[in-house]
Amino acid sequence: MNASLSARGRLGNVLIWILPLVILALMVWAFLAGDPLRLARRDLPPIEDLAIQRIQAVSGGLRVEIFNAGAEPTTIAQVAVDDAYWSFAAEPSATLPRLGSSTLSIPYPWVQAEPVTVTLITSTGLTFSRTLEVAVEVPQPGGREFLTYGLLGIYVGIVPVGLGMLWLPALRRLGRRGMGAVLALTVGLLVFLLIDTVLEALELAAEIPGTFQGTAMVLFAALLTWLGIMAVGRSGRARGAAAPSNLFVAGLIALGIGLHNFGEGLAIGAAFALGEAALGSFLVVGFTLHNITEGVGIAAPLTRERTRLLILVGLVLLAGLPAVFGAWLGGFAFSPVLAALFLGIGAGAIWQVIVEVGALLRRQAESAGESPVNLTNLAGFFLGLVVMYVTAFLVK
Amino acid sequence: MTAKLDHKVSRRDFIKAGLLGGSALVGVAAATRPQSGGTGAHPTEHHPEGEHDHVGTMGDVDLTRFDPSVFMAAFDWGKETREPGGRTVREWEVIGIEKDIEIAPGVWFPAWTYNGQVPGPTFRSREGDLLRVKFTNGTTHPHTIHFHGIHPPSMDGVTPNVEPGGSFTYEFEARPFGLHLYHCHTMPLKRHIHKGLYGAFIIDPAQGRPPAREFVMVMNAFDTNLDGANEVYAVNTVGFHHMRHPIPVRVGEPIRVYLVNLTEFDLVNSFHLHAGMYRLYRTGTQLDTFELTDTVTMGQGERHVLEFSLEYPGQYMFHAHQSEFAELGWMGMFEATEEAA
Repeated sequence: MNASLSARGRLGNVLIWILPLVILALMVWAFLAGDPLRLARRDLPPIEDLAIQRIQAVSGGLRVEIFNAGAEPTTIAQVAVDDAYWSFAAEPSATLPRLGSSTLSIPYPWVQAEPVTVTLITSTGLTFSRTLEVAVEVPQPGGREFLTYGLLGIYVGIVPVGLGMLWLPALRRLGRRGMGAVLALTVGLLVFLLIDTVLEALELAAEIPGTFQGTAMVLFAALLTWLGIMAVGRSGRARGAAAPSNLFVAGLIALGIGLHNFGEGLAIGAAFALGEAALGSFLVVGFTLHNITEGVGIAAPLTRERTRLLILVGLVLLAGLPAVFGAWLGGFAFSPVLAALFLGIGAGAIWQVIVEVGALLRRQAESAGESPVNLTNLAGFFLGLVVMYVTAFLVK
Repeated sequence: MTAKLDHKVSRRDFIKAGLLGGSALVGVAAATRPQSGGTGAHPTEHHPEGEHDHVGTMGDVDLTRFDPSVFMAAFDWGKETREPGGRTVREWEVIGIEKDIEIAPGVWFPAWTYNGQVPGPTFRSREGDLLRVKFTNGTTHPHTIHFHGIHPPSMDGVTPNVEPGGSFTYEFEARPFGLHLYHCHTMPLKRHIHKGLYGAFIIDPAQGRPPAREFVMVMNAFDTNLDGANEVYAVNTVGFHHMRHPIPVRVGEPIRVYLVNLTEFDLVNSFHLHAGMYRLYRTGTQLDTFELTDTVTMGQGERHVLEFSLEYPGQYMFHAHQSEFAELGWMGMFEATEEAA
C-alpha cells in the first residue's frame, strides 16, 4: 500500500515536471497542423539568406564556404565568378538546410593578387556575393607552413612577453611608489586590451550570420568567463589568507593576456592566409613592440616576491604561447564564429584581471595609508594606456 | 503541370541529359530541380575536360516546359481565312499569363508571359494580310500588345490598357515587310518588358524570301534579383542552351536568322558569328541591300535578318560580343555536318 502510494507520488512528481512540456508539444503540433499564418504568408517570396563565410584561392580553383542563415532550405542553382557562370561541385550538397553548411569547389583560373568575386544564384533568382580582395593561394597545412605560423606566434606572443619580464630585476629596485606606478601601468595596459578585445570581438560578431547572434554570444562569453575566473579566485582564497597571493594575480594577468594574444594570433594567421597582410613582417615587428608592455604587466605583482625561474617561464608561456596556437588556427582553419567566441572569453578574463590587479594596487596603497588614486599611480595608468595606444599605430 | 509530375519529368531529363552529354560542350551532370528547392538532387560532379574550360551553367532546364530549340523554329501563321476580296486574314488569340519560367538550370523567374512562354509566339504573315490579334489578360496587372510597323494609332497598343480579365482585339494590315517585334507597352515599361512580355513579328514580302533553314533568335536577359541589372543573358530565354544543345545544320545549307534585341537595362546587345560571315539585312525591310559582317551591335527594339551558310563541318560558336553577356549565358553553337537531310 505504502509502496504503491509512493510510486503514485513519484509519478505525480514526474507529471508536474513534464506537464508543461506535454502541453507545449500539443500547442506546437496544433499550430503547425492548423497553419494559422498561411493567410498572412500568401504570395510572400521566400526569405533566403546565404552567408559566404570564406573564399579561399587554392591550386586549380576556389573553395567557398557557405552557411544558410535563412529560415528555409535554400538551393544554390548556379555559381558565377567575376560575372561568368562557372561549373562547381558542392560538398555535401548544393541544397542547404536551415543552419546547414556546404563547401563549393570551383575550377576557376583566378589571377594572382587580383580580386575575385563569387556570386551564388539560388533557385528563386536571389544572388549572394562576396569578394576575395587579393587572391593568393592559401597555405595548406604542412611542415614549413606550420613552422612559419608558429614563428609568427612566437614573435607576437612569447618574445615580447619574455622580454618584458626581463625588466623584473629592474622593477625590484623600485620603491613602494614606483611599484604602485608599475601596477597602475599594468591596469592601463589591461584596460587598453579590454577595449581592444571587445571592439575586435564585436567587429567579428557583426560579420557572422545573424543566427549565431554574434554580439550576444561575445557578451555572454565575456560574462561567463568573468564569473568563472572570479569563482576560481574566491574558492582558492577561502582556505588561506583574505587576499589572493601576488603569484596568483600574476598568473591571472598571464591568463588574460594569453587569451588576448590568442585572438591576436588568430587575426594575424588569418590575415597572412588570406593574403590581406600587406604589411608583412612590419606587422609582426609592430605586434612585438606593442606586446612588450604585457611582460611588464605580468611581472608587476611579483616585485616583492622570490619567484622560481621555472614559474616565470611558465607565466611567459601562459601569456605568449596562445599566440602560436592562434596563428595556426587562424592560418589553417579560420572561423569567424570561433574567433569572436575566443575574443569574448578573452574580454571576460581581462575584466576580472583588472579587478584583481586593482585590488592588489589598493591593498598596497592602503597598507601604506595612501589612496590608490594618487598622482604617481595615475601617471602609471596613463603611461600604460598611451604606450599601448601609440604602439598600436604599428599594427592597425 | 503539377509539382509531382515535374519530379518525374526531371528524372527523365536527367537520363536524357546524360545521353546527350557526350555531344554537349559543358558538362551535364544534373537533374533539374523543382522550384520548391529542397528536394532535388544536385550535381556533385562535373565533366572537367570541357573544351571551354568550366564556363557555363550546371545541369539543364526542364525542356518539356520550354525548349528553345523548338521555339526557334516555330512560326505561328495564325488561323487563316480569306476575305471575299481575296485578301488573307490571320487571327490569333493571345492570353496574358503569369508563370514561373526556368531561365537557367534550377533558376526560376516569376515572368509575365504571352501564352505562357517567353518570348511570346513568333507571329508570321505576308505583306498585305489583314491581322487580328485578340488579347485576353489573364494576369493581375493591366497589359497591352504594341506591334512595331505601320498601322493606325488606335491599334498601336499603347492605349487602352487591357485590364485583368479584359480583352482587346488589335486589327491592322501587315506592312511593311520585314522583321518586327511586339511587346507590352503598359507603364512602367521597363518592368513590363523585362518580365517577359515580348516576341518577334515577321512580315514576309509578298513574293516570299528564298528558301532557307530559318531560326528566330530573341536576345533577352533576366534580372532575377530585381536590382535593375541582369543576372542571366540568352537568346530565347535559356542561358547557354545552345552550348548544351548545338543547333544542327548542314554544310552549305542556306540559313536565315531573324534576330531581335529585347534586352532590358543594358544599352546594347550584339550577335557575333565565328568562322563565317553573314549578310545583314537591317530590319529585313529590303531584299537587295545588305552588309557582309560577322558582328552587329543593336539597341533595344532593333532587329535584323541574317543570312549565311557554313562552309566546313564542325562547331561554329555564336555569342554576344559583350564578353560579359556571353559568359552570363548568351553563347551557343551551330553544328554543321555533311549528312544529307
